[in-house]
Amino acid sequence: MTEPLLAMRGIGKRFPGVVALNGVDFSVRAGEIHALLGENGAGKSTLIKVLTGVYAPDAGEILLNGRRVAPASPKEAEACGISTVYQEVNLVPSLSIAENIMLGRQPGRAGLLNWRALRRRARAALARLEIECDVEAELGSLSVALQQMVAIARALDLQARLLVLDEPTASLDEKEVADLFAIMRRLRGEGLGIVFVTHFLEQVYAVTDRLTVLRNGELVGEHTTAGLSRLALVSQMLGREVTAEIAAPGVAAAKGEKKSAPPLLAARGLARRGAIQGLDLELHCGEVTGLAGLLGSGRTETARLLFGIDRADAGELRVRGTLTRLRSPREAARLGFAFCSEDRKIEGIFPNLSVRENLIFALQAKQGAWRVLGRAEQVQLTEHYIAALRIKTPGPETPIRNLSGGNQQKVLLARWLATQPELIILDEPTRGIDIGAKAEIEQIIAKLRADGLAVLFISSEIEEVVHNSTRVVVLRERRRVAEFTGGDITAGRLMSAMAGGHVESKRQDSE
Amino acid sequence: MSETRLQSFCRSPVVWPLAGILLLVLVNLVHDRSTAFLQVTVTDGHLYGTLVDILNQGSRCMLVALGMTLVIAVSGVDLSVGSLMAVGAAVAAVLLAREAHSVALAMTAALAATALAGLASGLLVTWVRVQPIVATLILMVVGRGVAQLITDGNVIIIQRAGFEFLGNGYLLGLPFSTVLVVALYLGAQVVLRRSAAGLFIEAAGDNETASRFAGLAVGRVKCLAYMTSGLCAGLAGLLAASNIRAADTLRGGENMELDAIFAVVVGGTALTGGRFSLLGSLVGALLLQTLTVTMYNLGVPPAVAPVPKALLIIGVCLLQSEKSRRWLGGLWSARKAA
Repeated sequence: MTEPLLAMRGIGKRFPGVVALNGVDFSVRAGEIHALLGENGAGKSTLIKVLTGVYAPDAGEILLNGRRVAPASPKEAEACGISTVYQEVNLVPSLSIAENIMLGRQPGRAGLLNWRALRRRARAALARLEIECDVEAELGSLSVALQQMVAIARALDLQARLLVLDEPTASLDEKEVADLFAIMRRLRGEGLGIVFVTHFLEQVYAVTDRLTVLRNGELVGEHTTAGLSRLALVSQMLGREVTAEIAAPGVAAAKGEKKSAPPLLAARGLARRGAIQGLDLELHCGEVTGLAGLLGSGRTETARLLFGIDRADAGELRVRGTLTRLRSPREAARLGFAFCSEDRKIEGIFPNLSVRENLIFALQAKQGAWRVLGRAEQVQLTEHYIAALRIKTPGPETPIRNLSGGNQQKVLLARWLATQPELIILDEPTRGIDIGAKAEIEQIIAKLRADGLAVLFISSEIEEVVHNSTRVVVLRERRRVAEFTGGDITAGRLMSAMAGGHVESKRQDSE
Repeated sequence: MSETRLQSFCRSPVVWPLAGILLLVLVNLVHDRSTAFLQVTVTDGHLYGTLVDILNQGSRCMLVALGMTLVIAVSGVDLSVGSLMAVGAAVAAVLLAREAHSVALAMTAALAATALAGLASGLLVTWVRVQPIVATLILMVVGRGVAQLITDGNVIIIQRAGFEFLGNGYLLGLPFSTVLVVALYLGAQVVLRRSAAGLFIEAAGDNETASRFAGLAVGRVKCLAYMTSGLCAGLAGLLAASNIRAADTLRGGENMELDAIFAVVVGGTALTGGRFSLLGSLVGALLLQTLTVTMYNLGVPPAVAPVPKALLIIGVCLLQSEKSRRWLGGLWSARKAA
């Protein structure tokens, strides 16, 4: 067995209140492409940041070619031979390609640039990737894919021995991904070690040699890619045994009776470039439809389309049988839709406004500025929901930023319930909240279904989806791949569908 | 109970600018060694005195600060207000030069022009997605140019009795402009707080994405804020033109954007948007005017006057900030302990 190019041993990193990494080992050999996998919060990005000198680890050591290194900044990491290309291209769009590649290490003397040498070295760096383009062109004029290539060329211009690609394919289309893979294989041939972070399992199997799975800040396992089935990989990522068959409790009774009624919402071939492809989806009143899929499978993107935040490029949407085009959340809200975003802080709360103002906002926005809810009515509504959802707050006038995450989530839920919606979309409603609050939110979902609402429930926790849903639609790689109802909803089946591959044929009959 | 009421009063944004005004009044009293500063006399049923002067001369800044408050509350800023004052004055002056045009027509046309300019800023910010500071800078430069164009670059004298009343008349013993501006503040307070408009403005400023996701037409709210600001600036331009009986398009409203922003910030509305206080802006504008008058009174040359102005603004802003107040409080208790 060859000495690994990179060996990280027993890496630990804790932030206030969170253990981000706990004794993680990670090694990459020269001349291999190594996938680093895990769901949100698994510790991938923390590990990358420790490796590239952004964070200092609390424990453990990093060996590069057998020599101990401790980069204190990305620059020091680059000097050691560890170069990184991030998901968001962080180059300067207004500078030329050559300038971007050489920025920070311009050839020249006494503050004067040697432009000819700069261009020559930039051209050489691009030639290594077999890219030909005018190095004097402005970077901003290139496609995202080419910008990514420039970022790689920049990373390689140094004597890089290890290249870290952090979700490089997130904004690329299929052909561009293929080009990127060709470059990755060429660099592997040159003996470089490549760390590849991605959410797309197909890509893992297409290009990587080995893979490492993290979960909750701990190492789950290291495998050769060819030796691990998709299903096994997914169950490692999610931390569930494939054999565990958790059936949805007591859902069989709920369905069936309302089959004849037309769906509240029906999407056919709904699509948006880079978000979701040709989605068919029906949402019925009195049903909780779970939306399952791995990170990056298009769950949130679907929710955003259905709530009018993003507009669809193709396909049609019928609401109560009428063809509808949603152009804004405002229109969606007027149709009786509601959407609790997964990103509470950025897309949900008004941090400096009171619980009362946060809670009545959607209803007031729906009614317009002049049909005002009286102060007494507002207080009554607020107190009603504080009691009904057991929101822990000192009072209705407390700024919402002073509440805990779970209670903020409940206020946002109440904000939409107050509008008496017919469809409520819950995107990760239980993320980042404690277990007690989680159970309460699950109870609320069950009650909403009993009250005849249509609920679209999105969660990355497969058990939650199984527990709460009467029907589950599975997305994979921005496509709908399967649908399960009633007793067919089991963790194992969902996971198979999420993982894809050999189970492909089975899903057909369940649709 | 009275303790907590006192505490909540101290936390109100109006306290510190009010304290600033009191301090300035004290400085004047000490400097004059008499109570001349506070004296108010009644002649022909009109009030006269330094304090009345402050209210009268400060009314334009107060008015512009009213619109500015709303724009800043939606996380914007309006640099065009000074130029729009000139536009309002120019439009009215040119129309009033002909006897055939009524004062009402001239004023309506002037206000329509500046409201439209405000809408243009709003559309640049919401539709074209230009940074507010750039969008209103455009209107600032263009506005001044248009005003000059309208008047051919001349100062136009206005001689119409009805129009003169606006900036020089008296109502209920007080200068009419003061009464008008205070009435507008009261009206705005009632409209914004009795309807949901105030909440919408604060929400749009506090978290734009969240308010859009909650079904608010954020663009419309912002455009209305900029339009209101344009309207206020136009009316302030009319008040100024009426006061000096002329439309000066070169100097009219000069630096008013800075004074108005100062008034708003000193009054406790954060430049980052969100919560706003109309009363705070009103008091903030009064503070600025009191300071200007104090500078005259103390014989500070006009060229040097901005320096003490800046010091006062820094002082009040520091007092507004919770952090620096706690630091000061720490110093105080440390001293007491020693």
